[in-house]
Amino acid sequence: MKKIEVITRTFKLDDVKIALTDLGVKGMTVTEVKGFGRQGGHKEVYRGAEYQVDFVPKIKIELVVEDERVAELVDAVRDAAFTGNVGDGKIFVSPMDEVVRIRTGETGDEAI
Amino acid sequence: MNATDNAFILICSALVMFMTPGLALFYGGLVRNKNVLSTLMHSFVLLGLASIVWAVIGYSLSFGTDFGGIIGGFDFAFLNNVGPGVENSPAGNLPHLTFMIFQCMFAVITPALISGAFAERIKFSGFMIFTTLWIIFVYSPMCHWVWGGGWMGEMGALDFAGGAVVHMSSAAAALACAIMLGKRKGHGREAFIPHNLPMTILGAGILWFGWFGFNAGSALAADGLAANAFVTTHMATAAGLLSWIAAEWLHGGKATTLGAASGAVAGLVAITPAAGFVTPMPAIIIGLGAGVICYGGIMLKNRFGYDDALDVVGIHGVGGTWGALATGVFASVNAEGLLAGHANQLWIQFVSVVATWVFCFIMTAILFKIVDALVGMRPSEEDEVRGLDVSQHSETGYQL
Repeated sequence: MKKIEVITRTFKLDDVKIALTDLGVKGMTVTEVKGFGRQGGHKEVYRGAEYQVDFVPKIKIELVVEDERVAELVDAVRDAAFTGNVGDGKIFVSPMDEVVRIRTGETGDEAI
Repeated sequence: MNATDNAFILICSALVMFMTPGLALFYGGLVRNKNVLSTLMHSFVLLGLASIVWAVIGYSLSFGTDFGGIIGGFDFAFLNNVGPGVENSPAGNLPHLTFMIFQCMFAVITPALISGAFAERIKFSGFMIFTTLWIIFVYSPMCHWVWGGGWMGEMGALDFAGGAVVHMSSAAAALACAIMLGKRKGHGREAFIPHNLPMTILGAGILWFGWFGFNAGSALAADGLAANAFVTTHMATAAGLLSWIAAEWLHGGKATTLGAASGAVAGLVAITPAAGFVTPMPAIIIGLGAGVICYGGIMLKNRFGYDDALDVVGIHGVGGTWGALATGVFASVNAEGLLAGHANQLWIQFVSVVATWVFCFIMTAILFKIVDALVGMRPSEEDEVRGLDVSQHSETGYQL
């Protein structure tokens, strides 16, 4: 099993979700996060006082999938979240040791 | 007694009362979320505290029998001799109680205005004692000087609804407090970003609404003068809103919602002394001037380095001063200013401006020192960092 974490633009959430559910993904977890990368932050001005805001709002989508599905899902996410500008975000894939469904006690691929 | 006037002024009193929670929202949105409740409280609690101080002693010191043009006597203390009839009433067309409660609402909002200067870094105990003393030793004398038969009014200074009594006095106090209390921890390094501007915009709207009671009600009658003050108030505010965002659009690149709210308040402040003395077109000029001048005024704190957290000096001080002087220039209704051939009026306005700033600044500094020695004005560094909501009130504004 693998965990896929997608950090991308907030307005791309729906596109990514639809792309994943179209491929049969049954669940995901979404978090509003803040951070910065190459895009950097932005300037805000209040009564003439300028502040540099380093952390920009992004959306983080997490899902756990079977090993063989990773490549296709990552491609789908990349297509859905792509704008071509700095700040599109990143996709992280990492190994997942174990998954347990609380209600039934199922483990592994069964529990995804 | 005139029943129509009485009905009008009672409604105006309620309108002015509503300005204080409006101010609470205006200020509350501008601070960080850990201080939202304490900032709201600095305004809201005065509906309780200032009202009682006013009834016990403030009203009497302001409108009691004059002593040497300086202060009123104790004849109205505890609202003695203040009844439902017109006996002793400073306005012969109104029940004495009506006049008293209208003035009471002014005494509530004025110390609330100061709170913008010391937001996010004052002990609640110190605030309560300081404010009580301030109403007695600063607000009441000022009110007496201008409206209660004191020297400033006798000199011929024009202050229709409180440019000196309310706005310059609170701004001078704000300046003294900001300097003596010192900067907020992290000032100049951390970003002090307003935590809820929609709250601030709503507050500005409520202030605008309530200000009709403040200014039109200061005619003390439901007459043409009240209509004039109502219209000049609205037009100056509209002009202030536009000129502030125009100034920042040209200077900073964007028109902001906070700029629109600030410009509206600047317009309201500037027209306050003038509302019943000028016609609508000069009111628009006063408002246009207020937006631009006050936008410049908030830059003062950066130049001089004091931490006037929510720009009381920049908006109420600079705007109130501009309004008082502009009254001396544009007055043409029941008074004659510079443009009507009376340059002397401008001089009188200037004297009243200087006297107000000097008196209120010095008295505030003295009171601050006393209270600081008694209970301390600044919370511990730890309490300030945790936020005043938790450290002073054991609450938090938002459970998210």
